[in-house]
Amino acid sequence: MEAYLSLFIRSIFIENLALSFFLGMCTFLAISKRIETAIGLGAAVIVVQTITVPVNNLIFQYLLRDGALAWAGLPDVDLSFLGLISYIGVIAAIVQILEMLLDRYFSSLYNALGIFLPLITVNCAILAGSLFMVERSYDFGESVVFGLGSGLGWALALVGLASIREKLKYSDVPAGLQGLGITFIIGGLMSMVFMSFSGIQL
Amino acid sequence: MNREEKQILFEPVVDNNPITLQVLGICSALAVTAKLAPSLIMCLALSVVLVCSSAAISLIRNHIPTNIRIIVQITIIASLVIVVDQVLRAYAYEISKQLSVFVGLIITNCIVLGRAEAFALQNPVRESILDALGHGMGYSTILILVATLRELLGSGTLLGHPILRLTRDGGWYEPNGLMLLAPSAFFIIGLLIWAVRTWKPAQVEKSQYRIHVVHRSTEAY
Amino acid sequence: MPADTVPAGRVPGLRIFSRPNDDPGKILAVAITLCLVCSLLVASAAVLLKPQQERNQALAIRKQIVNVAGYPAADADQVEALFRQHIETRLLDLDSGEFDDSIDPAGYDTRAAARDPARSRALAPEADPAKIKRRPDRVPVYLVREGEHIKTAILPVYGYGLWSTLYGFLALAGDGRTVTGLTFYEHGETPGLGDFISNPAWQAKFRGKQAFDEQGRPRLGVIKGGVDPASPAARYQVDAVAGATLTSRGVDKLLHYWLGDQGFGPFLKRLQAQGGNA
Repeated sequence: MEAYLSLFIRSIFIENLALSFFLGMCTFLAISKRIETAIGLGAAVIVVQTITVPVNNLIFQYLLRDGALAWAGLPDVDLSFLGLISYIGVIAAIVQILEMLLDRYFSSLYNALGIFLPLITVNCAILAGSLFMVERSYDFGESVVFGLGSGLGWALALVGLASIREKLKYSDVPAGLQGLGITFIIGGLMSMVFMSFSGIQL
Repeated sequence: MNREEKQILFEPVVDNNPITLQVLGICSALAVTAKLAPSLIMCLALSVVLVCSSAAISLIRNHIPTNIRIIVQITIIASLVIVVDQVLRAYAYEISKQLSVFVGLIITNCIVLGRAEAFALQNPVRESILDALGHGMGYSTILILVATLRELLGSGTLLGHPILRLTRDGGWYEPNGLMLLAPSAFFIIGLLIWAVRTWKPAQVEKSQYRIHVVHRSTEAY
Repeated sequence: MPADTVPAGRVPGLRIFSRPNDDPGKILAVAITLCLVCSLLVASAAVLLKPQQERNQALAIRKQIVNVAGYPAADADQVEALFRQHIETRLLDLDSGEFDDSIDPAGYDTRAAARDPARSRALAPEADPAKIKRRPDRVPVYLVREGEHIKTAILPVYGYGLWSTLYGFLALAGDGRTVTGLTFYEHGETPGLGDFISNPAWQAKFRGKQAFDEQGRPRLGVIKGGVDPASPAARYQVDAVAGATLTSRGVDKLLHYWLGDQGFGPFLKRLQAQGGNA
């Protein structure tokens, strides 16, 4: 239990996907103008990450890993080179299914999220979450915790950036820096802040 | 090459740069640019994947059903990335070791999917290849600029060769440690955007609120 | 139809591709064809290139071993020749610290052994500072001998860094205490930042450091903030690299683990006691 809690806290703050590993930056910088949209996208990312990391874990353990197909009588088969394409396939499929479910049962939320849902498929933070899970050999329980934690961390960073940008709405930013330029600079400062977490050991 | 083709090829370098205007391909620009050599390889790998995927998608564009088009594009891109990764591991082993995780992340590099969706799906093969080449050049320009600055100011070297002699090697230059950390890439790109938009005011984003100075005709007190 | 797209209508069997794009039959046909073509492409690349990749990997490992043993080699043939001439490969049983000659070390796959429950054991998180999860019971070690005496023992070490698992070799002199080299041959750390572990200039700092203190505790480590040459602990320490805290910490942890009782501790104690004869 303690190990799970430690992993959870670590993946939110110390190993934050957006601010420590700089993943999912495109959406992070482009969709952070308003807090409401940031919260919506963040929530969607949390859901997708929490589902895809454990599912990809199962696929890796029972299908792709060297020796994984032993249950089917093929112990020498190593399909790990199919990893990248399988994980992205799973992510695309789950985003598509989520989109259809939301459209059917939660249509107000679906309309609020709009274009952001399909954008999650190509968010490198989602793919990287699965790649980290493989590299660190997490088991199923750890995958669930890591998926939830890393999604939460990314959402937290996004909402943080959106909040700062909203506060800057009335400030007099030079014309050339307006919009994207100042967002990059804020992003840099935020990542410096999160570096202060890197010394913490749990 | 006619004028329109020239425009497709050269527009993404400054006027429609994927990183500084379209906000695509940022993750790798931040992560691999601490040194110039891995950045060069990254530019090459991305350009190869971009050109091949745009060409392939453009070739079959009339036969891709709309409701599976995203996954079709992703499948093609992912397969190409895996092939590039395998080729690197077979014939450029040392370099592939340096770039490992980031070659895989080319799959989610927004430039590749972005150009496939926005251009290759609606345009013939020749134009798609030119567009892909142009965006590859635009991406490479930014990456090379950022990496050169970061390596020169952060380690005093370029491509591993010492240019500015460091104080710890008996020279005069105290290396700027911030340049080795990723926040510096954020700042450098932010400043680059400022410079480009000052040069090309057409790219400036309009702000939602502007402060206007109101002149008083009499003193308030 | 534009000249450059694939003409489908004239080839029998491909007529399904002339149907409109929202036809369910066509959707299925496109999906299946795409999967087949892509799988073929990817699988061919993987299978055809695998022998070359394995050769590269084996060569890279041998080159690292030969270099860290103190014989710089440039090309493949030199590496092979030096390896055959100087390096003795033995399988070491970690718990006992004795060589196990019942299994041929040549075909031994350490990573497969680490996954096999019969040939490895799982590590509890408190006992796993290097985050390797499982530890194989036997690992190959590479020895350079002078007659019967061991001149250098090259030990495989691995542990988790920032993005990936770091694989390297630690070379100790025959006294089982003095470090003669450290190298990392495989990792996925940040290019230009965490990959300092592959930098020969940084690796050279380990030469001459002591792995154990007078009480026999493993002390070799990587520290932040600069090593103070005047302090007595300096002979055990090497500087971390600025901006690569987690990679540096990974190296520090894996060194502590593999020099400890769960790693090569028993073997090295035996080496120390017998003065380089094992």
